[in-house]
Amino acid sequence: MSERLAARFAALRAQNRAALIAYVMADDPNPDVSLDILRALPQAGADIIELGFPFTDPMADGPSIQRAGLRSLKAGGSLKRTLALLAKFREEDQATPVILMGYANPIEQMGYADFAAAAKFAGADGLIAVDIPPEEDSPLRAALQNENIALIRMATPTTDAARLPKILEGASGFVYYVSVTGVTGAKAIGPAAAREAVQRIKRATDLPVAVGFGVRDAESARAIAEVADAVVVGSAFVDEIAKAVDADRIQDAPQNVAHKVKLLADAVHGAARTAQQESARA
Amino acid sequence: MPDDLRTWRNLPDENGRFGEFGGRYVAETLMPLVHDLERAYREAKASNEFRAELDAFLRDYVGRPSPLYFAERLTAHYGGAKIYFKREELNHTGAHKINNCLGQILLAMRMGKTRIIAETGAGQHGVATATVCARFGLPCTVFMGAVDIERQKPNVFRMRLLGAEVRPVTSGAATLKDAMNEALRDWVTNVENTFYIIGTVAGPHPYPELVRDFQSVIGHEARAQHIEKEGKLPDAVIACVGGGSNAIGLFHPFLQDESVAIYGVEAAGRGIDDRFEHSAAIGGGRPGVLHGNRTYLLQNEDGQILEGHSISAGLDYPGVGPEHAYLHSIGRATYLSATDDEALAAFQLCGQLEGILPALESAHALARVGDVAKQLGAGKSIILNLSGRGDKDIFTVADALGTTLA
Repeated sequence: MSERLAARFAALRAQNRAALIAYVMADDPNPDVSLDILRALPQAGADIIELGFPFTDPMADGPSIQRAGLRSLKAGGSLKRTLALLAKFREEDQATPVILMGYANPIEQMGYADFAAAAKFAGADGLIAVDIPPEEDSPLRAALQNENIALIRMATPTTDAARLPKILEGASGFVYYVSVTGVTGAKAIGPAAAREAVQRIKRATDLPVAVGFGVRDAESARAIAEVADAVVVGSAFVDEIAKAVDADRIQDAPQNVAHKVKLLADAVHGAARTAQQESARA
Repeated sequence: MPDDLRTWRNLPDENGRFGEFGGRYVAETLMPLVHDLERAYREAKASNEFRAELDAFLRDYVGRPSPLYFAERLTAHYGGAKIYFKREELNHTGAHKINNCLGQILLAMRMGKTRIIAETGAGQHGVATATVCARFGLPCTVFMGAVDIERQKPNVFRMRLLGAEVRPVTSGAATLKDAMNEALRDWVTNVENTFYIIGTVAGPHPYPELVRDFQSVIGHEARAQHIEKEGKLPDAVIACVGGGSNAIGLFHPFLQDESVAIYGVEAAGRGIDDRFEHSAAIGGGRPGVLHGNRTYLLQNEDGQILEGHSISAGLDYPGVGPEHAYLHSIGRATYLSATDDEALAAFQLCGQLEGILPALESAHALARVGDVAKQLGAGKSIILNLSGRGDKDIFTVADALGTTLA
């Protein structure tokens, strides 16, 4: 997997703290402001960035990220432009791992090998392809492996003991636990159930486990960060961009997002973690 | 080719593939559900009891078998091969959609599901789903684009009369593809109790297979009826293709009959060109991934899905079933197209010569049947799937013809 991603998780483990993974959509609300937002994320405490690339038909996303995608597309957003944005971000930041997140078809149209090469060149460390499950991801995985880009697989509340090994076999980077049955940002997480699921996954893999889809506030972020290696927050940040757009104050979006990121980063980083997280499986 | 011939009827393979098309491109949350559905479907398919129950409802509730009718005056009009209509428009609810809905709701109940969801564009699949939900007493939520709700008010009212909740979809472009996105979002949210009745041969495996199987009653009946009337197989079969469920239902039982030419007719809208004011995914699209499968799609360079257009709301979908994509890729079926204007002309001609107002969807097949009949010539015969009746379309047709209805 990507060295940048491995190094970041190793450093976090050494400090015994969890990571905040901050999701934003590329080119939302426009390319310039989007770059400012990206640059603000690490400063505000985001350890890893999840960079969405837009798709017209985001079947797994709730209203917040759906609208972010539409804003991006309206501003000329595309997979190519997402990679260009990332390349610009990399001019100033070579340390923060960036995971691309989106849907199959833009990748299909670019072609797996071309996508993997372009993503590597832009400075991507991983990919989450929401609608490419393990049954369908072998050719993509092979192309990404050639470029040392992690293909992040997802586990969910519908993942039973029989399916989990299939997901973990061939997983790289980290395991993304989708903590609710539903779309992004719609249901609130049940921290107790999520913590139990994280522990179940950690017993079966040495990979870091991130939790996302239902984390919106500091309290739930802290509860998850006590057991998980990373907490993913997306809709709560994207909503800050939407508010700035609605208020006709696009220029405020970077600082508003940064403020929210800081709140959640403080909660995640301050979580009281039990020791020896990493030695779950000797 | 002979090797392909032997395998055609065994498709899709265990991964839900028709050649390079099909598959299961859904979020991980749904994967265990589509695997469950596949297991349940295999069991049902092997069950005599399930088959008998479905057959009884198809006979007594839907009114099957539907007749195979010799369209004598249309045949004389074109002066070529004999044209037969498979009269799916005579089914309960006025179209072929009910065949699939009955099959799926019986499967849903077998799986212990207690809530039904569906997507609809023109409203025909929504009405058919609302109908079977009323019949079996299951709550029904139909997702429909807000734009389509405006365009198809009579069908919205029909669904409500049947007790369904019609939920307006305002996301994206607020049409059929967005309704399907929203149905998938509902399914991923309500995984425990909900069964998603998909209306066409799209979606993740096993949907393209099971919808095809439930619709294949059309082709099985038509094949036997034609042999009974003519003492031989037809020389061609023809049907309109949006997602393509009525077409695959007619085509599939003829795939192994090499002498039978197969024609699908896509909606060319205002012409197949780079304005994308059409819905011809095969004729004017490229392969890609949407709604759970790989198939031909209307899309731009970046893989963003385009809306498309057709005068027929039922054909107005930017994709096509993966099995059609496959039949096209290996050349077993030929995909033609008809414009809005050609479909309108065929709609009127069929009314005037045969006393049958066809659905605008079916009118696309009618618009090409003359070409095929003339090409085949006298002494040959062709079966056209008259997949739905045109009553639902009279407002659209009136509008297109510049007539105002009260």
